[in-house]
Amino acid sequence: MNTATPEAPAVREGPTAGERFLSGILPENPIYRQLLGMCPTLAVTNGMQPAMTMAVAVLFVLTCSNLMVSLIRPLLKPHLRILVFTLTIATFVTIVDRFLAAYVYEMSKALGPYIPLIIVNCLIISRCEVCASKQGLVTAGADAVGQSLGFAIGLASLATVREILGAGTWFGLRVLPEMWPDWVLMVLPPGAFLTLGLLLGLVNWYSARRDSGSAAA
Amino acid sequence: MEAKGNYITQAWLVILLALCFGGGLAGLDAKLSGQIAANKLAETLGQVPALVPGADKGDEQIVDGQIVYRAVRGGEPVGWVIPARGQGFADKIELLLGVDPAVQTITGVYILDQKETPGLGNKIIEDEWRGQFVGKSAGSRLVAITGGGATGSRIDAVTGATISSESVCNIVNATLAKMRPALTAAGGE
Repeated sequence: MNTATPEAPAVREGPTAGERFLSGILPENPIYRQLLGMCPTLAVTNGMQPAMTMAVAVLFVLTCSNLMVSLIRPLLKPHLRILVFTLTIATFVTIVDRFLAAYVYEMSKALGPYIPLIIVNCLIISRCEVCASKQGLVTAGADAVGQSLGFAIGLASLATVREILGAGTWFGLRVLPEMWPDWVLMVLPPGAFLTLGLLLGLVNWYSARRDSGSAAA
Repeated sequence: MEAKGNYITQAWLVILLALCFGGGLAGLDAKLSGQIAANKLAETLGQVPALVPGADKGDEQIVDGQIVYRAVRGGEPVGWVIPARGQGFADKIELLLGVDPAVQTITGVYILDQKETPGLGNKIIEDEWRGQFVGKSAGSRLVAITGGGATGSRIDAVTGATISSESVCNIVNATLAKMRPALTAAGGE
């Protein structure tokens, strides 16, 4: 307040809804570009079913939290904003957790503590901070859906590699012949780290090659 | 500036949101908790026929301050299903233990909830491993051994998950030691 130079709101508009949506999917992919949400990325990608349940749960939580924060953004006090974000996120996570336990009991058992742990998924709080607390409802919603799709793509890529190599199945359906010796390591925690590291390297290698290619052209 | 008023102007949004969210969640829980409890109960009751041969349903009953399920066929008691829990390798293991009416023989073990290591310790949920408990004497202490070839009151431990295997044996042993006298008495009624 002391160095009051009132800024015109238009100056701080930031990216549009469309840009937010698209950038979340690949250019700012939560897993491969921002390296956020690593706990579920490593923990629930031993199969496609838990990975996709996690992706849907994150989509719901992120969309609701972004919309809620965007709605109350004029009321936010800067030093209390993180508290408000956490409160909002925790509420929606609890809703998801209870819903899964009530209607998708088996999956709720399979995911165990990882649904409540969405509360501390930095992806969501970072979207509240970066986008929803500064931009309008439409932009915040598009941002949430874009980031969630990017997150889902990231989870699906890891889960595909791990489930096929580790169990010979994809979404529980057998894709490799019965004689395939399941690489148990792949569905164990080391498999998560190995797969993430290799895929991350692949993505970086590809984008480095593309960038140098376009620079040369 | 008045401090008290200042706190309220700073924090009213947090307080308001906390109240609204808290109220909303309480409402949600009131709506869903019945369904969640029913899911758990349905899973337990659904396992009764598999845990006690010949049983067609389980009746909830309180014996010695603990909920147990009397497995019945056409009204005749054919065994007991006892919910039990204890420490595993990673977290608490919850299981159901099936025994015959006189609590002489174990007729089945089912793991309700566990967070053991995927690919190793969580093999305790598989039929093949659980099946080892069937027919074991309820009076003797079960021991998990490595190296295979278990007989008598010994159970082959899951390879690479000796602690998870021992945990299940210990839970079964503790449950039987605690519930056996009370259930034998209740079974005679």
